[in-house]
Amino acid sequence: MGLHVDDHSNYNVLSRIATSDGHGENSSYFDGWKAYDNDPFHPIDNPKGVIQMGLAENQLCLDLTHQWIKQNPQASICTGEGVSEFKDVANFQDYHGLPDFRKAIARFMGKARGGGAKFDPERIVMSGGATGAQENIAFCLANPGEAFLIPTPYYPGFDRDFRWRTGVQLLPIQCHSFNNFKITEPALVTAYQTAQRSNITVKGILVTNPSNPLGTTLDRETLRTLVSFANEKRIHLVCDEIFSGTVFDRPTYVSVSEIVEEEPYYDRDLIHIVYSLSKDLGVPGFRVGVIYSYNDAVVSCARKMSSFGLVSTQTQHLLASMLGDDDFTTKFLAESRRRLSRRHKVFTAGLHRVGIKCLESNAGLFCWMNLKHLLNEATVEAELELWRVIIKEVKLNMSPGSSFHCSEPGWFRVCFANMDDNTMETALKRIRTFVDRGNDTTAAQAKKKKKWSDGSLRLSLPRRIEELSIMTPRLISPHSPLVQAAT
Amino acid sequence: MVKGAESCVPLSEVATSNTHGEDSPYFAGWKAYDEDPYDAASNPAGVIQMGLAENQVSFDLLEKYLDQHPEASGWGCGISGFRENALFQDYHGLQAFRQEMATFMEQIREGRAKFDPERIVLTAGATAANELLTFILADPGDCLLIPTPYYPGFDRDLRWRTGVRIIPVHCSSSNGFQVTLQALEDAYVKAEGMKIRVRGLLLTNPSNPLGTATTGHVLEEVLDFVTQKDIHLISDEIYSGSVFSSDEFVSVAEIVEARGYKDCDRVHIVYSLSKDLGLPGFRVGAIYSYNDRVVTAARRMSSFTLVSSQTQRMLASMLADREFTETYLKTNRERLKKRHDFITEGLKNAGIECLPGNAGLFCWMNLAPLLEEPTKEGELRLWSLIVHEAKLNISPGSSCHCSEAGWFRVCFANMSQQTLEVALRRIKDFTENMKAKQEK
Repeated sequence: MGLHVDDHSNYNVLSRIATSDGHGENSSYFDGWKAYDNDPFHPIDNPKGVIQMGLAENQLCLDLTHQWIKQNPQASICTGEGVSEFKDVANFQDYHGLPDFRKAIARFMGKARGGGAKFDPERIVMSGGATGAQENIAFCLANPGEAFLIPTPYYPGFDRDFRWRTGVQLLPIQCHSFNNFKITEPALVTAYQTAQRSNITVKGILVTNPSNPLGTTLDRETLRTLVSFANEKRIHLVCDEIFSGTVFDRPTYVSVSEIVEEEPYYDRDLIHIVYSLSKDLGVPGFRVGVIYSYNDAVVSCARKMSSFGLVSTQTQHLLASMLGDDDFTTKFLAESRRRLSRRHKVFTAGLHRVGIKCLESNAGLFCWMNLKHLLNEATVEAELELWRVIIKEVKLNMSPGSSFHCSEPGWFRVCFANMDDNTMETALKRIRTFVDRGNDTTAAQAKKKKKWSDGSLRLSLPRRIEELSIMTPRLISPHSPLVQAAT
Repeated sequence: MVKGAESCVPLSEVATSNTHGEDSPYFAGWKAYDEDPYDAASNPAGVIQMGLAENQVSFDLLEKYLDQHPEASGWGCGISGFRENALFQDYHGLQAFRQEMATFMEQIREGRAKFDPERIVLTAGATAANELLTFILADPGDCLLIPTPYYPGFDRDLRWRTGVRIIPVHCSSSNGFQVTLQALEDAYVKAEGMKIRVRGLLLTNPSNPLGTATTGHVLEEVLDFVTQKDIHLISDEIYSGSVFSSDEFVSVAEIVEARGYKDCDRVHIVYSLSKDLGLPGFRVGAIYSYNDRVVTAARRMSSFTLVSSQTQRMLASMLADREFTETYLKTNRERLKKRHDFITEGLKNAGIECLPGNAGLFCWMNLAPLLEEPTKEGELRLWSLIVHEAKLNISPGSSCHCSEAGWFRVCFANMSQQTLEVALRRIKDFTENMKAKQEK
């Protein structure tokens, strides 16, 4: 044929992207799901099942959204009250999005951030969830082989979203518990210089604020450091503010948009925000992602690219109406924060009672739990061993810190907003039992160094996702960890 | 570096390239329309949009259905239905919806092919489906072969972010622009000569912009060709429900089944509800692949472009009503045929020949006799006159990579009957003026 022919048939060989593991499903972030999938907790049908605490969903306020929808049938294009709009809405495929939708999103973004900044509807670009937004922005800002710096620990999904099809790299800015994982300037500089020494071009920084998995918000000083560094190096700053509406406690949330407005000295062409309604509004199924860029060229490019992941106009129409209802959004955001705060307090207090500390946090749908004291040794292997025991013995699925690229073993992210109060209590009871038993064991085996690697506690979970998918072919999920298709 | 010394921060090469394709005349005409859109009452002298392949002829059927079936609109009375749906982000897609999509695709083909819901991967529109398949089947620098003329959007969808190239398979009016084995071979050899690896062939069936369904004979040849070359076949069947006579459509799925599913790992079908159901805003696309690895990879990749669960749920409900879908498909075909016959008659009246078509939302019109010179430039000059003088936005064949100058795609299903009549009058006036000028 004159061309290089692979050993296998040409058609059997898919692309490098398709055959790589850039999809990220081999991460231990996803490994725990089989246990949950095979044995999901149900208060009545399966009270001994595995409780899902690895899924950062906000299920606390769906009743409020549901109620609004019932009271506003005209917002649906399929009801008698709304069907007159059906044709125009169903036919509309302009990638600018419905004007009312963009206006409503811009307004909601401002309110979710406590009113500290205003957002221009003209800069709102849609995407297929924040997953799509992250990929889109990576395509716009960086070439294959170039890199973004990212503070650890970070959401494992970024490894796929930012890198898989784009070929862009993510290089860590190491953060540590001694200063509550703060992003420091020396850490930034180190990360940047490390990249330079490896001849990797750094194109930007990606931060999540509030942080997943830490649940903390960036202070003004850190934000200014980031913006200043980006300016100095002429690189981009992408702020994923997907959890901005979940800030339930002081300190007050500061969005990068406020820095942009306060500091005209900095080049706003470098600043881009990723947002979504999946967490704040609790509607991940609706796939509403947003790129908000202060850079006109990026808005233009991202908008063209959004053709690959537009929001259904049926959904745009509904949300334009809902988020355009000022009364509703004000009440919703306040109530959501209140419920999250209460849930957070109950959960962390419950953990505290059994000697488990969490990183002090004021946002998000999870806690960053410190289980270092339960490790045999301060290694990733020990952390994963403990994690397997937690799944098997405690019947809780939570996410090991190593899957978030945390530099210190022993941290776990545990989600608390994706269940009702009773399930939360059950989870806490189980943790209490586990810790108490561990204490008894320790007392009885005071001289033994190993706590959890007793052979009888060995978990027979497959380590790798390939085995998982053979066993349960219908397993995997979108961007958040594996969720079984129940319908 | 001091701010101001370089106010332009580098974006990526993908961002700064123009492979997004919006500089093509395909889109330039839309600008003329956007600036001066026709409205029967408020702007009767405005530009009529005939460059948009939308299906607006059957909306009333959908509206009537929704009016009579309120259960399709909501999530039921209890909160649990809403909660489950709002939280549902599984990239397998709603089982019920996939089931209905599979059945709908079978209905369109009148049971001549079977579709397994487990092989359906949902994406936000066929735009995403085509790009996704390209990411999976080809590496940057590789190419896909596409018969010309083809939908201009492919230049963006298949190439922009993927880095994959398109090598055209030139088709000619001498045989109604049908794909020939010779043309396929020529394109393949050309790619080889350029040291570009061919990974697949993309066929749109029925064709956009031709408005013709590919014959079973040609499909067999195409399948033999891709098998012999050991490459993939993507069959974009987005207009499959818009064939005026349902028995004139042969899907590649039928050929695959007739061959006992032998060697079908290389076959992938793209579908969408944007044309057949006229719902482009809802972003409902699908990939149907006979290749397990492709299904798995596509499913994972669809994370970037899932269909709203709200929309999945509503459409699952609607498509489950078999009586409705049967009636809809039948009525839609009839109306499209009627429109098609009306416009081709009107064009004939104006002395314009169209390629005989049996599908789609458009005609492939031959204006070569009106060209000053049979070149791309001549075609674009004529097109400019049509946009600015006749005030009609139609799509020049060169934007579809047609190898012969003078062909234009004109859409007929995205406007009312009255508007179509106005458009035909303008075309007649225009051609008469042109002929008069030519005779001088």
